[in-house]
Amino acid sequence: MITAERKPMQEIIDYVSPFNRILLVGCNECVTVCAAGGRKEVGLLASALQMSFMQRGKALDIQEITLERQCDPEYVEQLVNYVDRYDAVLSMACGCGVQEVARRYKTKPVFPALNTKFMGASEHQGIWAERCQGCGDCVLGVTGGICPIARCSKRIMNGPCGGSTKGKCEINPDIECAWQLIWDRLKMLGLEDRYEEIMEAKDWRTSRDGGPRRIVREDLAS
Amino acid sequence: MKTESVLEKVLTSGELAVTSECGPPRGSDADKVREKAEMLRGYVDAVNVTDNQTAMVRMSSSAACIIIKQMGIDPILQMVTRDRNRLAMQSDILGCYAHGINTMLCLSGDHPHFGDHPMAANVYDLDSIQFIQAVRKMREEGKFQGGSEIDKPPKMFIGAAANPFADPFELRVARLAKKVKAGVDFIQTQCIYNIDKFETWMNGVRERKLHEKVAILAGITPMKTVGMARYMKNRVPGMDVPDEVVKRMGGVSKEKQPEEGVKIAIETIERLKNVEGVRGFHIMAIEWEQKTPEIVERAGLYPRPKF
Repeated sequence: MITAERKPMQEIIDYVSPFNRILLVGCNECVTVCAAGGRKEVGLLASALQMSFMQRGKALDIQEITLERQCDPEYVEQLVNYVDRYDAVLSMACGCGVQEVARRYKTKPVFPALNTKFMGASEHQGIWAERCQGCGDCVLGVTGGICPIARCSKRIMNGPCGGSTKGKCEINPDIECAWQLIWDRLKMLGLEDRYEEIMEAKDWRTSRDGGPRRIVREDLAS
Repeated sequence: MKTESVLEKVLTSGELAVTSECGPPRGSDADKVREKAEMLRGYVDAVNVTDNQTAMVRMSSSAACIIIKQMGIDPILQMVTRDRNRLAMQSDILGCYAHGINTMLCLSGDHPHFGDHPMAANVYDLDSIQFIQAVRKMREEGKFQGGSEIDKPPKMFIGAAANPFADPFELRVARLAKKVKAGVDFIQTQCIYNIDKFETWMNGVRERKLHEKVAILAGITPMKTVGMARYMKNRVPGMDVPDEVVKRMGGVSKEKQPEEGVKIAIETIERLKNVEGVRGFHIMAIEWEQKTPEIVERAGLYPRPKF
């Protein structure tokens, strides 16, 4: 999923304080799962903003709405009946959702309430970790199902570097050394020999380096 | 001979090679480079010039290499893949080679996290092994990494680093094998304090006959104080300083600790001379370059062969 965290309260207040009527829009997908921008977090942020405005003697008309998917034009269209009544939209979706709202409602100011973080998975309750960088040319099939690009701090394709210590990354003992994980898994799979095959220099064109990416599916495009 | 490198000539002659290190200044004073390099003149075969070492901004390795080359001393161009992509690295290699620099060291480099620009983007377009492949391709095929022809290809003698002490230990020989497969000519190791563990690693290297394909220079760093020994033991990732070494440094008075550190370095060199596959020494006297000539002399590595 795409993970996100709420921005510091002061930054959000700075965005919305010039306005009196705010449409606060959550998303029922990834940011709900990572407890950053679903219905519950929308409710909490609305209350916090009400309090903050009240303390400054200002009135705030805030409408809460959580869309099924904020990155999808079909659902963003549902805001059409609300948008005109508000001065600004505060989005609790990931950056994709914020941009979709901004694209659809061109004359309405739209602000992000979240910092979009990474594509990741839940490791434990309340802990998410990065798993994929969307490089566009997946190598997991030869790295034992562990991604060195997303999970090695130096994204080295032929690791581990000289800083791997007791299974941990040299930059932070909370980060597991991706190459230790890869090696352990290759051993479990009986694929130790594969380690010595050099992974050639990557063609980063399939990644962000090749410019903003699009997928065109002729069979689906109408 | 693959190159014009003096280091290659020394290694080919069968003599033990000696290299050392010169960290460029955190400023633009060329004389600082000259002072440090001058101390090493005649005592080492070539001088590594570090590339934004520990992820701190310094005078560029390529510029400092040119200054040293102009003094008639042979530099080893260190290049990390952290700061520049493959276009920038290859163009620097062309430029340095145009100035007569023919020996280099391909590294991934310390993560920006450790330096004074932790907010910098880390590039890592290539890793060290892919970088070795690229420099090798420039030399052997006369082609850039991207595939086009080079007009007058640079013939670099290619080095890399190896850390026999990092985890997992069982991969440390295998990773060297990958660097050999990529086409590395020489290796400079992490500083050696745990000699037993280094010898175990060398056994693994010899079992696979890697020592016949790559010249291994053993890394030596004299310790100045017991504080430095403790710091290296506890704080430097991938460094293995046994308790006995810390005890030995702490067992003499503060004034005598520098001499004790030098003694340990010399004893290490003497012991490693007998290890088959060790083809020389890389002496890194960190911010203590003036000690290098003394260590070279006392370890019986002076005078250096002339080519």
